[in-house]
Amino acid sequence: MKALLLRDLRLALRAGGGFGLGLAFFLTVTMLVPFSVGPEATLLKAIAPGVLWLGALLACLLSLDRLLALDLEDGSLELLLTAPLPLEGALAIKALAHWLTTGLPLVLAAPFLGVMLQLAAPGHLWLLASLALGTPALSVIGMFGAALTVGIKRGGLLLSLLVLPLYIPTLIFGAEVARRGSAGLDASTPLLMLAGLTLAVVALMPFAAAAVLRMGLR
Amino acid sequence: MSLWQYANPVKFLALSERVQPVLWALAAVFVSVGLLWGFFGTPDDARQGSTVKIIYLHVPAALMAINAWFMMLVASLIWLIRRHHVSALAAKAAAPVGLVMTLIALVTGAIWGQPMWGTWWAWDPRLTSFLILFLFYLGYIALWQAVEDPDTAADLTSVLCLVGSVFAVLSRYAVQFWNQGLHQGTSIPVATGNRSVADVFFYPLVLAMIGFGLLFLALVVYRTGTEIRLRRTAALRARMNRGA
Repeated sequence: MKALLLRDLRLALRAGGGFGLGLAFFLTVTMLVPFSVGPEATLLKAIAPGVLWLGALLACLLSLDRLLALDLEDGSLELLLTAPLPLEGALAIKALAHWLTTGLPLVLAAPFLGVMLQLAAPGHLWLLASLALGTPALSVIGMFGAALTVGIKRGGLLLSLLVLPLYIPTLIFGAEVARRGSAGLDASTPLLMLAGLTLAVVALMPFAAAAVLRMGLR
Repeated sequence: MSLWQYANPVKFLALSERVQPVLWALAAVFVSVGLLWGFFGTPDDARQGSTVKIIYLHVPAALMAINAWFMMLVASLIWLIRRHHVSALAAKAAAPVGLVMTLIALVTGAIWGQPMWGTWWAWDPRLTSFLILFLFYLGYIALWQAVEDPDTAADLTSVLCLVGSVFAVLSRYAVQFWNQGLHQGTSIPVATGNRSVADVFFYPLVLAMIGFGLLFLALVVYRTGTEIRLRRTAALRARMNRGA
């Protein structure tokens, strides 16, 4: 398992593309927001938590089709299927690697982008907490979507259509935490809901992903 | 005699041939009587005027939009557990019907909402949940069309239906948490029986609801038969190509 994790991390870091791309996309989307709604600080301050959550979600979505497709191309996915390591565990590890290379940088970059969007001072901590808790859920749900569409040629658009509705609960609770936090309200209720959702999804989705991957590649 | 014998496509087709005329006739009678009685036989509402009459389309369509997904869930489970092809095809056949029902509920809701709430659309929990349901239907149908091997497609869509159901329920509660709404609560609570719809409106509404249920059943049986025949033609064609 450790070997698999290290392999995925190394591939993401050295092969280029996956690691920096999501971050660059996040930055670009955030930069485009003032262009589209105008540079007024009060407006930006009001929409900053939601925009940052949406940007992080889309950046995560962008990297999903590389999650399993590259492994299918070079044949290592078949090896994983026949390996003694349970497929559920392998997919959970791969989702973890995806989170470490995509989700975690987004979490760390979010406060800086928050400053650019005039995010209120108390909001930074809540934004960081909600993204740190929510992005793992995005990775494992994305793993399910990637496993569902791995055998399909040009499945990228389909992947988005399938995964985005599944992201709705995470987005609602995550953005609610950030919004309440930046408005100075008590955000502990949505934070707990988000944590519960993430834990449930992390525990269950690898099984669903492994099941559909076995069906799809049979 | 058990229900499972109809998992055999031949038996299913034979039964559907016999049942269909009755289903179509009953559906036509119930829908037309319910709608006509509702439109012409009931008085205008004291506050809403004649706009209240869209309820006879809106409520039955919304009811069937949810029940269609539920039926797909059960059919998917039967396919995953007992691997009856008819079940998988029935789920496939029900999806577009459910999609259209969802669309009818959304559109009639918008038309009703304009004079009553003063807006075509509000980000109300019920409206938003239906929009999410609409997206789930779209994804499900798109996945069926994208996968070439029919058995794999049935497998993948079945799991998507199961996972999607969990997330649909989650989204429903998340959306309720997110925003309080304009839409009224349920008017006909079956458990308590304290319905808030007066009898004059209630009876045609029930007829229309039964009618939409029958219509859904007839459409699904018909479409499942079509899917079975499509599958057979594909098999025959494959055999011919191999022979030639």
